Amino acid sequence: MSPLSRREFVAAGVAAGAGLVVGFYLPHGGKRSKEVFSPNAYVRITPENKITIVVARSEMGQGIRTALPMILAEELEADWKQIEIEQAGASTLYGDQTTGGSASVRTTWDPMRKAGAAAREMLISAAALTWGVPRSSCVAQNGNVLHGASKRQLSYGELAKTASTLPVPTDVPLKQSKDYKIVGQRLARVDTPSKVKGEAVFGIDFRMPGMKYAVLSRCPTIGGKVVSFDDKESKKISGVNYVGKIGDSAVAVVADSVWGAMEGRRLLNVNWDDGPNKNLNTAAVVESLKQAAAKKGATLYSAGDVSKAAGRRVSAEYQLPFMAHAPMEPGNCTAHFQGSTCELWAPTQVPQDCRDSVAQAVGLDPDRVKVNVTLMGGGFGRRLEHDYAVESALVSKAVQAPVKVIWTREDDMRSSTYRPASLHQLSAVVDGLGYPVAFTHRLVAASISGQKGQPGSNGIDPDLPDEAALVYGLPNVSLEYVAAETAVPLGWMRSVYALQAAFATESFVDELAVAAGKDPLEYRLHMLAKDQDIPFFVTTWHTARMRGVLQLAADKAGWSKPLPAGRFRGIACFACFSSYVAEVVEISMGKDVPRVHRVVVAVDCGQVVNPSILEQQIPGGVIYALSNALRAKITIEKGRVVQGNFDDYAPVRMEEAPLVEVHAVASVESPTGIGEPSVPPLAPALCNAIYAATKKRIRALPILG
Amino acid sequence: MADITLRVNGSDTKLNLPPETPLLWVLRDTLALTGTKFGCGAGLCGACTVHVEGAAIRSCSTPVSQVAGKSITTIEGLGANGLHVLQQAWIVEDVPQCGYCQTGQIMTAAALLAKTPNPSDEQITQAMNGNLCRCGTYERIRKAIRRAASGGAVAAGGAQ
Repeated sequence: MSPLSRREFVAAGVAAGAGLVVGFYLPHGGKRSKEVFSPNAYVRITPENKITIVVARSEMGQGIRTALPMILAEELEADWKQIEIEQAGASTLYGDQTTGGSASVRTTWDPMRKAGAAAREMLISAAALTWGVPRSSCVAQNGNVLHGASKRQLSYGELAKTASTLPVPTDVPLKQSKDYKIVGQRLARVDTPSKVKGEAVFGIDFRMPGMKYAVLSRCPTIGGKVVSFDDKESKKISGVNYVGKIGDSAVAVVADSVWGAMEGRRLLNVNWDDGPNKNLNTAAVVESLKQAAAKKGATLYSAGDVSKAAGRRVSAEYQLPFMAHAPMEPGNCTAHFQGSTCELWAPTQVPQDCRDSVAQAVGLDPDRVKVNVTLMGGGFGRRLEHDYAVESALVSKAVQAPVKVIWTREDDMRSSTYRPASLHQLSAVVDGLGYPVAFTHRLVAASISGQKGQPGSNGIDPDLPDEAALVYGLPNVSLEYVAAETAVPLGWMRSVYALQAAFATESFVDELAVAAGKDPLEYRLHMLAKDQDIPFFVTTWHTARMRGVLQLAADKAGWSKPLPAGRFRGIACFACFSSYVAEVVEISMGKDVPRVHRVVVAVDCGQVVNPSILEQQIPGGVIYALSNALRAKITIEKGRVVQGNFDDYAPVRMEEAPLVEVHAVASVESPTGIGEPSVPPLAPALCNAIYAATKKRIRALPILG
Repeated sequence: MADITLRVNGSDTKLNLPPETPLLWVLRDTLALTGTKFGCGAGLCGACTVHVEGAAIRSCSTPVSQVAGKSITTIEGLGANGLHVLQQAWIVEDVPQCGYCQTGQIMTAAALLAKTPNPSDEQITQAMNGNLCRCGTYERIRKAIRRAASGGAVAAGGAQ
């Protein structure tokens, strides 16, 4: 069974936001406890006054174990200090549990609020019943229900038993943002102390009695297979107790220690059939994108008629390479296959997909597979794949013992899924003042979902339309997608196609501004001057909100003030994952190498749930994007990925990290994404700054070649 | 195979294992000290940083035989009496995102402060540059080090 696509789950989330109640299922197989108050699958209150909030999305650093409970606790009128957090495994209780698309807060904002509010209302009713007073005379506050007139109060724990006998209301009043006490607060993350002490258990840290360790030798050539292997030398390594083929294209070495397994693999001799891609190289990939560009595209979005616009035409072409997620924690998963069941301890963004894929791989019904979700040492989309989980289950089945599969950094770099390489053809027809009257963007890239067997309608990757938005409200616009084919495995990487779309679009807008002889901020504000709603596939974008972040970023960066000698600025804005972001990048130039000193970010993401987490996620996205922009490049030679570790795929270190300032537009709109939206504007803002410094336009990433 | 006595966080353990085994895997697999992380296996990311005789080293690239009999400190043993001042500062500044690299960051920072109690920005950058963070927590790391250096850390749980 295939998992919901990203697109489907985002759509489901949006539907949830529009009033479809998800997650209102009873836990514990539908049986309600008589003692523990659990009106829905998200909250439990015991008579001992223990309040547990269940987080059904995965924590990979984005603060979800803090943010989602804050939302529920707000409506519950709980005492935040009293809350305990529980991580849900794969379950049918929570709708789609996929963690991605900057969607956790924006799609569970309503369900979490309603879950908390329903519990609150029932606790109030329980108190009113207990005291024999009108419901309206009772208020919930800080984990208690109070009756002001008689100065009585009962804790939620004391009310749990009575509350659990009451019907669960379906239509509950929600608080107004002005009354928020928890949402909007700079609360400390619940996971920080354990992470600082070294006690936090990431997937790779999970241990169980009798557990063995496996590393796999995977075919280095994309699409190749195992012909045969010789394990004589491997088996001489102390502690190596199994070597065997796993699937068609890998051989597992299992040992009593990680090091034994690694040494066993080093000495393993595999005869590979390199398969159909043995001559594939990066030049061929670029050539195939150029060939695809000649094909007719599918329309992502259109307004007016670009063919009828008259005036001077400006065109440019942009190009981006494959990139790797490279989270700090390499791939891993622990599985325990026991004949009729299989249990997993998985650092995963897709627990339900892991459950279903493992079930299929080892021949069990999905309900015989239990998935425990561990902490993740970064995800960035890499853990939207279920490969680690399936491998661990297959090896566990083969050796009849619990097995932890560990990937090395080289495995992670070379056997991964990658951000699609892309080619962008942009063209505009400009009026006498240099402003576009027609704007065309042809985005040529392979479809991630398409490669995974879920092409969208018309061959349009289902993620694309809302990740390639143009929010300038121009009269004639044509955004087209041309699906390229590639054998290189593709995955969703932080901000997905928005990174490519923003680099091309916002670099081109800068080129237009330069050609028109206008200030790049003024040029953008002029195009955004009129309030317009621009309906895309999922989101309706608003020029006013884009204008808001642009102006805020410019004001905070001091755009109108002159810079010291040797400093230069670039600006870019982009909207994705329902949020709007503008960034001003300030640089100086070394010998052909930009030094980024300061990045001023303005974001409109609706109601901010936790400003401290926002101030982690936004700079985090900026630094990630800076790594991507400067050096991130996966190249292919003879069908093999060239890069292997952090020397030839080198992320930004402290010495290159700029100061990032975060400014959020004050808003009471429903919250939107923050994990990804700060990524896309960085590369174009940086390249626009480099143009300001050097008059050299960078039309291909990475900047440093 | 070799008989090796390891002194980790003040306790001695007698082990019999291949002498070239990286210290990292002995700590994680044999001694169950999983606060020390595997990131690159090549001394490029710093996630595996521990102290040997007080100096920060990369345990992924250090054969266990090299550190036999030497005093090894891991994140689990850093705060001999409760939390180390850097751990406190890390909590106050709410530094970690995914948190995977943070124990290595703290171990590197602790070795820095032990030698240079009041480091300049340049000294912080120089010391910390070998520790990668893919979540981009560098600025909060810098703030936490400054806070710890200035004696500004407070007891655990006070992150605001």
